[in-house]
Amino acid sequence: MYAYDELDRTLINERVSEFRDQVKRRLSGELTEDEFKMLRLQNGVYLQLHAYMFRVAIPYGTLSSKQLRRLAHVGRRYDRGYGHFTTRQNIQFNWIKLSDLPDALADLADVGIHAMQTSGNNMRNVTSDQWAGVAPGEVEDPRIWSEILRQHTTLHPEFSFLPRKFKIAITASEHDRAAIKVHDIGLRLHKNADGETGFEVLVGGGLGRTPFIAKAIKPFVHGRDILSYVEAILRVYNQYGRRDNIYKARIKILVHELGIEKFSREVDEEWKQMDGGGLTLDHSVVEEVRSRFSYPAYEKLPHMPDELKQAAADPQFERWRKNSVAPHKVQGYSIVTLSLKPVGGPPGDATADQMDAVADLADKYSFGEIRVGHEQNLALPHVAKRDLPKLWKALDRLGLATPNVNLVTDIIACPGLDYCSLANARSIPIAQELTRRFANHGTAEMIGRLHINISGCINACGHHHVGHIGILGVEKNGEEVYQITIGGRADENAQIGALIGPAVPYAEVADVIEDIVEAYLALRDRPEELFVDTVKRLGVEPFKERVYATR
Amino acid sequence: MTSPLQQKIKITGPSVVTANRTSDGIVIYRTAQQGWSANLSDAAIVRTSDEARALLNEANADDVGAIGAYIAPVEIKDGGEIKPGNLREHIRSKGLTIDLLPA
Repeated sequence: MYAYDELDRTLINERVSEFRDQVKRRLSGELTEDEFKMLRLQNGVYLQLHAYMFRVAIPYGTLSSKQLRRLAHVGRRYDRGYGHFTTRQNIQFNWIKLSDLPDALADLADVGIHAMQTSGNNMRNVTSDQWAGVAPGEVEDPRIWSEILRQHTTLHPEFSFLPRKFKIAITASEHDRAAIKVHDIGLRLHKNADGETGFEVLVGGGLGRTPFIAKAIKPFVHGRDILSYVEAILRVYNQYGRRDNIYKARIKILVHELGIEKFSREVDEEWKQMDGGGLTLDHSVVEEVRSRFSYPAYEKLPHMPDELKQAAADPQFERWRKNSVAPHKVQGYSIVTLSLKPVGGPPGDATADQMDAVADLADKYSFGEIRVGHEQNLALPHVAKRDLPKLWKALDRLGLATPNVNLVTDIIACPGLDYCSLANARSIPIAQELTRRFANHGTAEMIGRLHINISGCINACGHHHVGHIGILGVEKNGEEVYQITIGGRADENAQIGALIGPAVPYAEVADVIEDIVEAYLALRDRPEELFVDTVKRLGVEPFKERVYATR
Repeated sequence: MTSPLQQKIKITGPSVVTANRTSDGIVIYRTAQQGWSANLSDAAIVRTSDEARALLNEANADDVGAIGAYIAPVEIKDGGEIKPGNLREHIRSKGLTIDLLPA
């Protein structure tokens, strides 16, 4: 956990007072909506179809049990008793009243949570690997650097009025769980030949209307120089990024139009001129931030405790353990993913009661810590293996032990037309129907790793471009129709999926996905060949034939 | 640049003016009594572009009470019942189409 200092607490509290006054002036008519809109967006407040939506930041996906309980409280007291975890380590409340928002923000501020960097054309919540600090083989905890970037960019005047929103993600593991290649800047921590810690810097990734995989701009930037280098990139973007056309305003378009070589030269020139710009990180500054992260006092525990051996006789426990429990860097401990994708449920939603119960379980079994991943699931990062059987039973009672992590029903979906004012088509009912079609866990296991991502419009909040199967809802002649892509992926081998053919009506989407999966099962050359690898080997054509031959 | 009050408005069938209420964001409809109602059945129906423009201008003038007013199509059933004219408006009027908890 990271402990905020006095400066952070003062900043958050002052922000609440400021927003309380702004809301009061808006409700009295002193501020017009045009004047107020930017102010509310800077505090995570959107207007959606039915109500205001309040997006709260969960920096680098780390929450304490106290913080999660407070999120539950906000959901229960000011909303309708639930929240929606997003693809960027935020939580959204969908029914909040403007008049209640200052009180909700104040309640969150008490536990060090805020809504800065969750909307507007500024630097957004810096995201990271939800397994940061506990994943075996990690270079070092990437949250140290996420926090340094968070501190530097929060309310930074130069980054508060960018041409468009700007997103950074950081990973420190070989396997990228933070989707860094589809971010404006992706940072991969690694060590150089001298054993020094630094970053491979990627730039210009993003999804939306014009998807791009990020390009490598620098193979190694020393940790001490990362703030100045990131700032150099932002200065070039701020100078040349287009403000005249919202569809061409993201840095990915600038990088694409200039070409990575020219963009890189511009950044290098800026960086050289800055000469550190007072941003070179002193070792003591990094260590100060590092010291504010606390780590559990792990016990010395056996690799295979008796409790786990005994529980292995229960096939349901074993199914869950194999699916949802991952190795931890410390012997005797595990990382446990809590699926927020129950069969028939909206992906990423958790009730206030579930949040409270998870907070209690975190206190009991995970040193009071919870993580939020971009796949819209939660994780308990420090669970002693001996406690896994008891934890499983408790999670099962809460509906949080669906053994479908990374399987076909672990669907990432945006809120879609049920909530979102930008959406053209519904996402959640498509996801719900698919989870029912593939509800049999044995079948899902047999299919293997398969990521389905659903977006209700071209803005791609459901990351459909990088789903192994991507589903994009569009509107055509007043009807919802869905374009299907296959072969995308969001990991270290990130790839944009390829369209398989004409869009299909709402009522046929689940049938089409079943056809694609059946085609895969017939085409894979061995059970271990993942869906995405079969698509890579054979291309789109055999899947296209299967889907459209009878349609 | 054309003023929003002078922008071209063209409607092809019965329509209403809808917005979200400032204090809580709920969906509201402009009534014939120069007020707002949360019920579509209370909405003023406009049938010509001129009527639509006038109602929208009136709605936009109430910046304190409502946000983002716009014209939305409706269907008028035989008995006079007003129905939303597309899926988006159906969802705004009737609420979510989904189960919140696993079915």
